[in-house]
Amino acid sequence: MAGKPRLHYFNTRGRMESIRWLLAAAGVEFEEKLIQTPEDLEKLKNDGSLMFQQVPMVEIDGMKLVQSRAILNYIAAKHNLYGKDIKERALIDMYIEGVADLIEMIMYLPMTPRDEKDAKITQIKDRTINRYLPAFEKVLKSHGQDYLVGNKLSRADIHLVELLYYVEEVDPSLLANFPLLKALKTRISNLPTVKKFLQPGSARKPLLDEKAIEEARKVFKF
Amino acid sequence: MAAKPKLCYFRGRGRMESIRWLLAAAGVEFEEEFIETREQYEKLQKDGRLLFGQVPLVEMDGMVLTQTKAILSYLAAKYDLYGKDLKERVRVDMYADGTLDLMMMIALAAFKTPGEKEENLALVVKKAKTCYFPAFEKILKDHGEDFLVGNKFSWADVQLLEAILMVEELDASVLSDFPLLKVVCEQPHKAQEAMNRDKDFSKICLQAFKTRISSIPTIKKFLQPGSQRKLPPDSHYVKTVRKVLQL
Repeated sequence: MAGKPRLHYFNTRGRMESIRWLLAAAGVEFEEKLIQTPEDLEKLKNDGSLMFQQVPMVEIDGMKLVQSRAILNYIAAKHNLYGKDIKERALIDMYIEGVADLIEMIMYLPMTPRDEKDAKITQIKDRTINRYLPAFEKVLKSHGQDYLVGNKLSRADIHLVELLYYVEEVDPSLLANFPLLKALKTRISNLPTVKKFLQPGSARKPLLDEKAIEEARKVFKF
Repeated sequence: MAAKPKLCYFRGRGRMESIRWLLAAAGVEFEEEFIETREQYEKLQKDGRLLFGQVPLVEMDGMVLTQTKAILSYLAAKYDLYGKDLKERVRVDMYADGTLDLMMMIALAAFKTPGEKEENLALVVKKAKTCYFPAFEKILKDHGEDFLVGNKFSWADVQLLEAILMVEELDASVLSDFPLLKVVCEQPHKAQEAMNRDKDFSKICLQAFKTRISSIPTIKKFLQPGSQRKLPPDSHYVKTVRKVLQL
């Protein structure tokens, strides 16, 4: 019997959270080895476990995988969440790259210098309601189906709903004019595996507040 | 007969260059439309062909594709440059992603202030020498095969070559720092020893990889002057992009 995948990352969302979401949605139990000190990270680097000296790293199926995109692609393909052919996959990839771009902007907001923060929030809100959400709402409207691609649940739906939760954290009113996206969010959130992941006590990581970042800065000296 | 893929981007490398490389490596002819004015860009956005209002844009096989990585993955899969199964594919993805990160740093540096640009490019060379290239040298050394994954030419090989050439433009000596190669160059009397120790030495270092991949006919053709390969970003390119994107 194969062991559970083991995730190596800090105790934060960062570049690992989408992987946690996807594994959870696919119903895959996993372990986490949290990096809590600089020594923990050094050990991983010195072990030769990190191909490019970076995390995320996921031990899965006898491999030590790095590069979050590569890891996500593997999990999605393995669990049939990647469309039925290369054309569906291209569509899924296009959608999720957009999702990843916006998630990255939101994820790194806490790291923005204080005097630039307001401008950054404005930019995030603008991109959310003028660039990204309209694109996805339009896709759902164009085919009227329950899922973004191929009338079947795929990673695109999971990653998009993850994003919608972050958008809500920034400002719940941003979702107001996107009824189809709100419906998708509800639908995906009700899937048993996702519902479980959304409960307290799951592997889902909370939003980093300023205090937590200061702590991390002290420990990891950045 | 299928129409040629049509690429729409600025007349420069940016986020489109890896796509040009992959198409060329696969022996696929393609057309290009170059964005030179703000008006052209606004028209593209109004046309509704840009899903998130951004280029690169590639139209092929009846699809309107944006997002560099989506396009690259599609091409790799279509032209059988993505490994033979899921485990090979994840390796191709890991390696391609790593090299893409490195090349993006170079592309973005062109848009920084002169001081920042110098600093960023120096960091890229450092990362290439201490982190990325050693990782690839180790992969090649460990399996002793001609290509990075599955003993077969793949997208990973194309991108590694592209990255090597790009970093060499910043620092021509970047490959000469590798231990195996260093022994041969600096201590020729120890070369025989090194070669005896590593039987297929001449096959397995990055320098040899570069020569080998560059000699593949489709790649050789792309490396000739007059191909669709683009030049490093110059001030005219930066100015055009800034004007079009209103940066």
